[in-house]
Amino acid sequence: MSDVSREWPLWEVFIRSKQGLEHKHCGSLHAADARQALQMARDVYTRRQEGVSIWVVPSALITASEPEDKAEFFEPAGDKIYRHPSFYDIPDEVGHM
Amino acid sequence: MDAARQDGPETAPLDYLLHLADNALVLGQRNAEWCGHGPVLEEDIAMANTSLDLIGQARLLYQHAATLSGSGTTEDSLAYFRDAGQFRNYTLMELPHHGPLAGTAAADRDYATTIARNFLYSALMRLVWASLQDSKDAQLAAIAAKSLKETRYHLRHARDWLVRLGDGTAESHSRMQAALDHLMPYTQEFWTVSPAEAAAASSGTGVDTRSVREAWDREVAAALDEATLHRPQPGGYVPRGKEGVHSEHLSYVLAEMQGLARQHPGALW
Repeated sequence: MSDVSREWPLWEVFIRSKQGLEHKHCGSLHAADARQALQMARDVYTRRQEGVSIWVVPSALITASEPEDKAEFFEPAGDKIYRHPSFYDIPDEVGHM
Repeated sequence: MDAARQDGPETAPLDYLLHLADNALVLGQRNAEWCGHGPVLEEDIAMANTSLDLIGQARLLYQHAATLSGSGTTEDSLAYFRDAGQFRNYTLMELPHHGPLAGTAAADRDYATTIARNFLYSALMRLVWASLQDSKDAQLAAIAAKSLKETRYHLRHARDWLVRLGDGTAESHSRMQAALDHLMPYTQEFWTVSPAEAAAASSGTGVDTRSVREAWDREVAAALDEATLHRPQPGGYVPRGKEGVHSEHLSYVLAEMQGLARQHPGALW
């Protein structure tokens, strides 16, 4: 097990592409700590001007849904089309929504 | 100097521009040796980014120098068709990524050596580029402003690793210390003044590096302290790479870098 403890932990990387937009998940990387993860994210994921802000989050802190829960989690929403706000008449002045 | 030249815009001496350019190109070429061989994927990309920044700085400086030289000189002719004795880089830039060895004996690349060199050089250049923003050579001042941002990041990256390795395991500490012991004497060349540097400084186009020595010393002392590393006291031979007197290593760097361009002069791709 000693080899496992020597491995750098995994981090998830989120990039904001420009001011006003939300941070979006763009990938993951290995780093020893948060500061290093941030620098490595800069080097790995913003080489082509992809961003103006970076978040890194330890992957272990993310609680994810299980693939086998897919049926009970997501499929019940499949036939509830009335939840989409697509039954309103939009006044022309509002324009594209 | 003719009248037209005197009335024209102030420009830095050609040899001074080549000194700055050759430093960036030779170190960029050296660091690029890690491409595909970095210790971890993320660090491999980080080092390649650093190389591309340095080669970009070299290109801007060569383009400026080529314009001043005239007579068909281009950035490529400056990079690929000068021999070792015409290069004006610090000897520190051309040394391999490992400790002292006789001749050209092969050795595994040592990342501590890479980090120590990048730290010592970027700590200097952060100060030099900052000063050169006020150069009377407007083109050089603009290159300095761009390069300063890149160099700040290079320093941050190298300093970070210097501290991590120095204050890391017994193995990483001893290798980081050995790298410093090996490279620190070469920094003596930072503080001697070549004729090109003296001319640049007196015309207000360049920087007398002795004016930033105190700030560099403080930066190095603080980082080594944080890294729990001992600061070797440089002494002995003072290299003169920037005057064209190089170690045996530069020719091998240039052979690899220039071989293709010389095999196919003028080729485009």
